[in-house]
This record gives sequence, structure tokens and C-alpha cells, in this order.
Amino acid sequence: MSRGGVWFVTIDAAEVRRIAALARLDLDDATVERFREQLAAILGYVATLDDLGVERIAPTEHARSGSAPLRADVVVPSLPIDEVLRDAPDSCAGFFRVPRVLTE
Amino acid sequence: MNGLAGRSAEELLRLLRAREVSALEVVRDHLARIELVDRELGAVLRVNDRAEDDARAVDARIAAGDAGTLAGLPIALKDNLLTAGLATTAGSRILEGFVPARDATVVARIRAAGAVILCKTNLDEFAMGSSTENSAFGPTRNPWDLTRVAGGSSGGSAAAVAAGLAPIALGSDTGGSVRQPAAFCGVVGLKPTYGRVSRFGLVAFGSSLDQIGPMSATVAGCALTLGVIAGGDPADSTSSSLPVPDYRAGLGEGVAGLRIGIAREYFDANLDPQIAGAMRAASAALVAAGARVEEVSLPNTRYSVPAYYLVATAEASSNLARYDGVRYGLRAAGSHSVGQMYRATRGEGFGDEVKRRIMLGTFALSAGYHDAFYGKAQRVRTLLRGDFERVFAAGVDLLLCPTTPTVAFRIGEKVDDPLAMYLSDVYTATANLAGVPAISVPAGTSAEGLPIGAQLLGADFSEAKLLRGAAVIEAALGPLAPIAPRKAAAIP
Repeated sequence: MSRGGVWFVTIDAAEVRRIAALARLDLDDATVERFREQLAAILGYVATLDDLGVERIAPTEHARSGSAPLRADVVVPSLPIDEVLRDAPDSCAGFFRVPRVLTE
Repeated sequence: MNGLAGRSAEELLRLLRAREVSALEVVRDHLARIELVDRELGAVLRVNDRAEDDARAVDARIAAGDAGTLAGLPIALKDNLLTAGLATTAGSRILEGFVPARDATVVARIRAAGAVILCKTNLDEFAMGSSTENSAFGPTRNPWDLTRVAGGSSGGSAAAVAAGLAPIALGSDTGGSVRQPAAFCGVVGLKPTYGRVSRFGLVAFGSSLDQIGPMSATVAGCALTLGVIAGGDPADSTSSSLPVPDYRAGLGEGVAGLRIGIAREYFDANLDPQIAGAMRAASAALVAAGARVEEVSLPNTRYSVPAYYLVATAEASSNLARYDGVRYGLRAAGSHSVGQMYRATRGEGFGDEVKRRIMLGTFALSAGYHDAFYGKAQRVRTLLRGDFERVFAAGVDLLLCPTTPTVAFRIGEKVDDPLAMYLSDVYTATANLAGVPAISVPAGTSAEGLPIGAQLLGADFSEAKLLRGAAVIEAALGPLAPIAPRKAAAIP
């Protein structure tokens, strides 16, 4: 449902779980309910922005405009592999090791 | 020499330069103070176990005539700044035990200038919060009243400076996280212009909003520290290569002839009368020093907190995606698939506030809602920036306003009401959205004896002017810290 140009959102538990899945977060049922209430309140508050008709205004993506500076196109040392793997919870033969990526 | 901890940065540097004390003595005295006092405060997450060795090395440099600007000065660092060889947690379980191999750029700069890293200070987890109650390692208490919060997210740094544990500290500010705890703890805290200080090695929260800022009991301490950390960095492509002025040298120039704007939107009928009183005192100090005060308007002010909580959380949801258990930090045990590992690691490793903000940001960016929420907030950001540009283009030099709507609230008071907590940012978040610099300077105390901060904002790269204005307020109203921690605020 649209109200003044901003979608008026009803947050139900299913929506909370959908967002949690996108964010790769495990939440238990009690947390889902608590977040449902709190997120609804917060989204209700940010709906203050509905008052403003800003469609024709250019967005500010960044505090500073201008393109990012480029560095010289020369090869510089990369991070040493042993430094990269030093804090790895699990590694093997120069790789990070993780549980199976593809599941049935 | 006794009683080194609690002296100002300037005084300590004078003693060090005159060789009346060694860096080792200064560091030892501050370490002893931490031992004595931090138990009650909870400001320090870990002490640098190499601090004494580092101090000896600085003493050798001083003896060889190679002393840097901060030589021998102990510094406390917010624990979201990477320090080589010293664990860095960002206040989170998900980075418990993580020891960086490299220093953040600002850390390398302060080391090169001869400062000695004393300790890592407590913060709201991933810098998300306004009270330092969201740390995975316990809250930090306000030295002015141990039943109250130190503010956040740089509460540990603010409390450490306020209690004399360190003469200078670094914090980070995304929506007010240097200025608000500075105001609550009665110290000076500055958020530089976006790009003035390199963010390389700062654990990222909101990449278009974050800035690292100095905190000290005095304006001079902040000016000195800013001069060391500011300046372009090839490792941070958002950093500015504009030259860095000598902030310390310019401090005494005063504010004669400057135009100070007071935005009517910041001074509505709801403003706490004690805070309004402190603003009048700050304004009077500036006028007495030759400035002119005038009313201005920042018409889009009321939209800054909602816009902030959409932009910052959207950026955070992206920045915190890297904490996945693959390469470093916590990895949840017993996962059968990598997807399960991500969800379980993040579920276990992040606290509630971090999860809430990731959820909000993910929602604001998700298909179907992206334009209505994040897109809209970005357009509102343009309006907010425009408000400032108009006022500064009309010739106003500085804006004066409160730093916070209240004095330090009690521990536990807002922890169950995230929205009430977010509203603490009403005077601070706009500067981050617009990228402009801002400073909070002590402006007296409330009737209950709790510090009140006055805030000055300026145009891009006007930190020198901000510091001069803050110095005038400080000269008139006095610094407040450091103090010995109090069980409850002193009633006059």
C-alpha cells in the first residue's frame, strides 16, 4: 500500500524472517517477535520522510563528489599468504576451508 | 614525579620536552591510574602490554633529538581502530581474539609522532549505539555519575579522558559518536570534515559517514592530535589531499568579526531549559570575544534522524556482510553447509542492536523498497547538505547548537527502546550526512552536576575556525575534566 509516495509497510513475522534470510542471520522465535515490533516502530518513524516530495532531487550517494583518484598502474606486493591465513578458523593448502558450499 | 595522570596534554608535553619527566614515567603513571580507577568505569577493554617498551623507545628517540609532536604522550584508542599486534574487537563477540597484523593509518601516524598507545577503549558494538551499553563486554559508566551512561559509541574513549586515564584519545563518529559522549563526559570531541582523516584501518560502519576524531579534556589537546592524524592517504580513496594547517598555532586567533548562526529549528520550545541556558552562556562568550550572533534557518532539520537511520543502516548491512566466519573471527561450530555457517556465526556473534540495524538496512535496500527507503533518504541527504551550503554561502562562519537533547541518562533507561535511543542523535547526525566538521566543547554543568556540551559546526575543512571558536568557549566557561569518578553527580 502506498501512502504519500512511500510504501506503507506492515511488518509481520514472515517479513522479518525474509529479511533475516537476506541478511544471513539466524533469529529465534522470541527475537523475531521482538524485532517485528521494534522494526515496525522504527519504520513508522522513518515514514516522516513521506512529508517531503523529493522525487526530482538528485540523490547524494557520497559526502564528497568527484571521481575516485586512480593510482599508478604498477604492480605492488600483495598481502602475504601466511598473513592472510593467520587468523583463519580453518585452512588447508593455502585455502580457507569451509563446510560444503553446495547442498542437496 | 607523581600526579602525571590527570594533567593536560599540553602540560605533559612541556614536561617531556623539558626532560623533567620521561615517557616511561608518564606511561607508568597512567597505567597505574587505569589499575586504580577503571574497575568502576569499564572504559578500557585491554591495556597495551607493550606500553612500557614503547615508552622506552620514545625516550630513546627524545634523547636522540628525534621527538615527534606527541612524543611521550599516552593515547587511548577506540577498539574499532586496528592496532598491529594488539587485539581489536570492535566491541563484538564476532571479532573476539582478532589480532590485526597492521595498524590503521591514524595509528601509524600517532606512533610516528611519538605517542604511546596505552589501551583500547570500550564502544557500542561496531560503533552502533549512543550509550556504550551495546558492547559485548559490558557498559562504560560515566565518571560524573557511575549510574549513568558515558554516551556512545565512543563512550570508553570519552570516559577514559574524563577520568584522567589518558590525556588524548581517538574515537569515531558516524552519527555523533565522538561528540555525544564528549558532551556527556565533559570533554572536547571533534568530528572532522568527511575525508579530512583517513578511514583506512577503521572498522567500517557507514562508509559515507564515518570519521575518526580526537578527544581530549582541552581544545588544545584536540588541535594537536588532529594535526597528526589529518591528511590524505592513498589507502583511503575518500581522503582529501588538501594541506593540513597547524591547528594548534591558530588557536589563539579568536573569533572577532565571525558570524555565528543559531538555527531556529534547533531551539524549539521542547529544548531542555538547562541546555538552553548553557547555549546562552556559550553564545555570550563568543559575543564577548567579538563575534556576531544571528538567527538562521536549516529547514530540513527534522528529517535528518530518519534519513540517517536509513543511510547508515543500509551502509552497515553491506559493510557487516564480511563477518561470515570464513577468514577471521568467530566461526560457529557444527555447521553442515556454508550457508548455515554464515547464519549461525552471525546469529551468535552479533548483538541485538547490530542485528536490528543490519535488518533495517537490508530492508531499506531490498527489491521493492529500495527507492522508497534508501533512495528517498539519499535525496533527503541532498536537501540537508543544501541547508548548510546556503547558510555558509551567505557568509555565516559557524553554527552554534546543543550537542545533545539531554544530559547523560541512566544506564538501562533507553536500552529497551531503540527509537528513543536513536533520537539522541538529533543534533549530531546532520553533520555526518552533510560531511561538515563539528566539535563539542564543555559548556558548564546541569543543576545535578552533569556536563552539557555546546556544538559548533562549520563549512567543509573549517576545522581551524571550529577550534578557535571552541577555544573561546573553553576560555570563558572552563574545561570540566579530568575528575575522579563519582558514585553520583555532585549536587551543588
